[in-house]
Amino acid sequence: MTGVLPVALEDATKVVQALLLSGKEYVCVMRLHKKTAEEKVKTVLSEFQGRLLQRPPIRSSVKRRLRIRTVYYMDFLEMQQRDVLLKIGCESGTYIRKICFDVGEVLGCGAHMHELRRTRAGPFTEDENHVTFYDVLYCVSKWRESEDEESLRKIILPMEKALELLPKVHIRDSAVAAVCHGAHLTAPGVLSLETGIEKDDEIALFTQKGEVAAFARALASSKKILTMDHGFVAETIRVMMDRDTYPKMWGKGGNT
Amino acid sequence: MDRINAPWEMERKLLIKAEEETDARFGCKPEERPLKDYVRLGIVNLDKISGPSSHEVTAWLKRLLDISHAGHGGTLETSFWEAGKSQSDRCSTRSFGRCD
Repeated sequence: MTGVLPVALEDATKVVQALLLSGKEYVCVMRLHKKTAEEKVKTVLSEFQGRLLQRPPIRSSVKRRLRIRTVYYMDFLEMQQRDVLLKIGCESGTYIRKICFDVGEVLGCGAHMHELRRTRAGPFTEDENHVTFYDVLYCVSKWRESEDEESLRKIILPMEKALELLPKVHIRDSAVAAVCHGAHLTAPGVLSLETGIEKDDEIALFTQKGEVAAFARALASSKKILTMDHGFVAETIRVMMDRDTYPKMWGKGGNT
Repeated sequence: MDRINAPWEMERKLLIKAEEETDARFGCKPEERPLKDYVRLGIVNLDKISGPSSHEVTAWLKRLLDISHAGHGGTLETSFWEAGKSQSDRCSTRSFGRCD
């Protein structure tokens, strides 16, 4: 199995938590066990869009209890003899191997997953930042030999990239240190926010410079936050930034 | 069933609540971090090849960059056959494939 595998370095490993829960996209070759009409395959595949009940396969790394997973889309790309090429967008924790098997059962002919490639993990895709082993090896040795910083920077992305799909709230400089010490975010600390936040949604708190301060849970919707002038707006779950990056401003009669 | 909008297909707009200038003395744009911090707070979007497991790949990157720890987001499981092969290469007791 190949494809997109974001690897977080050192202190960036904190963002893995957010990344593990994000959706994935795969391109997969499903092999049918008998020749089947294309139309029939397409019809059955479309039935697999939506919420699915899945029991993880025997050889899996999680507890084998029945769980519900959402398949956002299941696109039929091509079919050659008994091989079907698919593109699947799904929630994290969906087993594609299991979907292929189940599609085979519904078709009545049996099927299995032949090949799989992940084309997306949350915000990470097969774009120009997607690097191979060889790219990494080349750039690292180039950096070691010539101390050319740029070659190392080329293969690494700032951890903020991993939080791109989360709704963002930008906060005041004076609120950053408080949040980084674990405080909840209050309404006056908010400068701007994105639409579509609902109460209890996971959000990311950003500084004006675009650095991530913390991973948080919203305590109100976007609409409500916009009109609030006091009170808690978000509950800090995980601090990402070093505590002493911004100066402490609380208790000094400032805005927070 | 109909197609559902995936998280990456959602569009969000920015709502402004207040405006303020940021103090240039503290923090910096993520792209402008000094190299050491850039690596420490960085992510590699790696193209995993078939064969080694996600954990092996991560450990390999960790050694190459000479850093204290690294973690990957979402295991890309190795297939039954690949797992068998790679384990039989090492001839561990848990090998699923043939041990040549």
